[in-house]
Amino acid sequence: MALTENILRRVREIVGRDHVLTSREDLIPYSFDGTAALQSLPDAVAFARTTHEVAAVLRLANETGTPIVTRGSGTGLSGGSLPSPGALILCLAKMDRIIEVDAANLTLLAESGVTTVNIADAASAAGLFYPPDPGSMKISTIGGNVAENSGGLRGLKYGITRNYVMGLEVVLPDGEVLWTGNKCVKDVAGYSLRDLFVGSEGTLGVITRVLLKLLPRPAAKKTLVATFDQMDKAAQTVSDIIAAKIIPCTLEFLDRTTIRCVEDFAKVGLPLDCEALLLMETDGHPAAVEEEAAQMEACARANGAMDVRIAKDEAEGNRLAAARRSAFSALARVAPTTILEDATVPRSELARMIRFVDQVARKYRLRVGTFGHMGDGNLHPTFLTDERNHAEMERVHEAFKEIFDEAIRLGGTITGEHGVGVAKKGFLPKFAGDASMRVMRELRRALDPRGILNPGKMFD
Amino acid sequence: MNASEPSFLKGLDYSVVQQCMHCGMCLPTCPTYDATKLERHSPRGRISLMRAIADDRLEASKTFAEEMYFCLGCLACVTACPAGVNYAELFENARAEVEARGLLDSPRRNAIRAFTVKWLFMDHRRLTAVGRAMRLYQELGLQQVVRKSGVLNLLPRRLRELEAMTPPVQSRFSNELIAAVTPAIGVRRFTVAVLTGCAQDLIFSNVNLDTVEVLARNGCEVHTPPDQPCCGSLHAHNGEWALAQQLARRMIDCLPPEKFDAIISNAGGCGSHLKHYSKLLEKDPAYAERAKIWDRKLKDIHEFIVGVGFQAPAATGRPAVRVTYHESCHLSHGQKIVNQPRQILKSIPGLECVELPEATWCCGSAGIYNLTQPEMAGQLLERKIRNIRSTGARVVATANPGCLLQLINGCRDEGLEIRVAHPVTLLAEAYRDGK
Repeated sequence: MALTENILRRVREIVGRDHVLTSREDLIPYSFDGTAALQSLPDAVAFARTTHEVAAVLRLANETGTPIVTRGSGTGLSGGSLPSPGALILCLAKMDRIIEVDAANLTLLAESGVTTVNIADAASAAGLFYPPDPGSMKISTIGGNVAENSGGLRGLKYGITRNYVMGLEVVLPDGEVLWTGNKCVKDVAGYSLRDLFVGSEGTLGVITRVLLKLLPRPAAKKTLVATFDQMDKAAQTVSDIIAAKIIPCTLEFLDRTTIRCVEDFAKVGLPLDCEALLLMETDGHPAAVEEEAAQMEACARANGAMDVRIAKDEAEGNRLAAARRSAFSALARVAPTTILEDATVPRSELARMIRFVDQVARKYRLRVGTFGHMGDGNLHPTFLTDERNHAEMERVHEAFKEIFDEAIRLGGTITGEHGVGVAKKGFLPKFAGDASMRVMRELRRALDPRGILNPGKMFD
Repeated sequence: MNASEPSFLKGLDYSVVQQCMHCGMCLPTCPTYDATKLERHSPRGRISLMRAIADDRLEASKTFAEEMYFCLGCLACVTACPAGVNYAELFENARAEVEARGLLDSPRRNAIRAFTVKWLFMDHRRLTAVGRAMRLYQELGLQQVVRKSGVLNLLPRRLRELEAMTPPVQSRFSNELIAAVTPAIGVRRFTVAVLTGCAQDLIFSNVNLDTVEVLARNGCEVHTPPDQPCCGSLHAHNGEWALAQQLARRMIDCLPPEKFDAIISNAGGCGSHLKHYSKLLEKDPAYAERAKIWDRKLKDIHEFIVGVGFQAPAATGRPAVRVTYHESCHLSHGQKIVNQPRQILKSIPGLECVELPEATWCCGSAGIYNLTQPEMAGQLLERKIRNIRSTGARVVATANPGCLLQLINGCRDEGLEIRVAHPVTLLAEAYRDGK
């Protein structure tokens, strides 16, 4: 059902007429998120500035059966904030206040439209540390990170967004405002509703405030870049490092295609003569950092690394990590459409999975750039294609089916950090199984009986 | 434009339109998105509109046209874009589309454009004549009289503000200050040409003189032909491609690239455009090849002297002056000249260089943006001045006439006693002091 003029009038009354967009020129820029080849025009976009406004919009939507798609900065990679047919986009990017940094309890309270980088900077200004660092952190919003349960480069040692959410303010589909969690490290009263909303992809409620856990900032950090003439040697290096009981904060890899694209953009001096590159980072007590860096270097050399370079200071380390974060977008330099997935396997199976991706790419005559988080088994095979080439797009789809099947077979998952959204909706039932699907459906129905929140996403 | 004529956006190579994969990495670097948080005012939003027109999903409308002129064209998104989207080409074609279709036509706008873009800036002699008239108005004290008389209060507010922004015109322009050929001091290493520009020549002809002096002191024989045409960047950035092409041809004729080792620009905005004549003239059989040579030889002044090695000025023993550097958008984002101006400033004894927070954030000048979009330009200038103030610098260096003027006006309005100067001027002064 399309948004009627009557509903729009009421939305304008709630958020103010300047905060509702309806012209075609205003809506086209909201017809996509960061996911390739997905596009759908919303009926309208509304900007809420308070929890109260969000609640009023949801009450109206519930009453009128209006589909609501919540959006932050629109950088998601599974189509989570792609407009559903006839939807009102509820954009929270203007709810961008950091409310409190509590150094005594190591927490930060923020509205959900604050960008991830602003969270990280506010923590840092207080001598503290917010570890999750998704690739889009310069613009992604914390609300979006929580709704998608985003990962990042530091997952291996520090975990993912879920591990830092202590409390949430959520507006339920009927407009009621719910608080879950608090500043206590220990709290076992009732179901952990907080954990239910983390990763719920905008289907159960609208997250308006986030209480985050912070850590003391590590005193030292060291970044290394090792290059290899075979991907297997890089993978073996990672296995050896883990076996040596070292948990570095970052163990990232790039394949040859990705290295070239990243260097072409970032110009940080990545070597171009190798098949695989490992970006390794250790942080913590200065003495421990020194020792671990030396051990990691030794592991790389023992596996025949062509070269091991140590960043001379933190600034160079940061530049290398920033370059790595650009990998996905940089791959667009060689092909107009870059279809990125995030199949994830137990890290012991990673080398096998990388080889499998290569075989599949050859089988379907596709170009692929692969990179990802080698330390935590989270892989980003990215097919380089052109959405106008329908035959090739069909082959991309077939290739991903095989990759997902293999990931599941190896005990992995269809998505490690991007979410299901629209992109992986078709693969979820097979991965989750009948019992899980039934519980998820019943939960969703219980919270959102009229089905107004992000309809058509995750599962039907 | 009628329906049968080709559209600029539809005529673009589709791969240019398609290159944006809407990841959003450009958003935090876009001044208009930062100020509004609206996707339409962001690079990926604007590209989505251009693509919608190319795909026939959107009519080129007045709203679209206004959006294309709300963009500063600062190109910060180009630096931020991992995918390598050629936003400059998209943006220029979009504005050309707007002009070809007459989407913003109004008697007033058409008259202003006819006078400035299509008449005044097409001929250096016209510009010089207008410059002299302005100089006379300022010289005879008329400006003071008029300003004090309150006559200006009769004007609409916008015109009054414009009058306040009129820059002091130099008493002598480049062709009176600089010989057509200046010999190298010492051994001649290179033969170069210096572009004197249009607005630059009227308001900052001293920067041209300093540029020639710096080059001569570093072994260059410098050719500075009088009556050089405008480079055409104003025209290309404002949707007048045919005029930009005409000026590019005239420029190549005026300064035949085959004759010089390098052709030097000292204005960030002009340089960024001047380096792309080959694209502009690619379909012109008579000029396509020469334009390629031109592009190869065109160098920004900082790029050139740091590249060939320049002589460091001698120490003078003067007390240290704190200086900070504001990056012209088209020098840093358009030409990727970032370190060289800083290297030059650091070489000057007696300058204490401090980094300017948000040095690459547009100051709001953006060609004629401060005239067409005064509100957004004002916000950006305020932000820039706040950052400059935070450094405690007594001198701000910047390498583009638009930025120089914008910062001079900004400092004056805030009552700040801060000097705004081109890095090359500071270098030339250091050479003279150290003699």
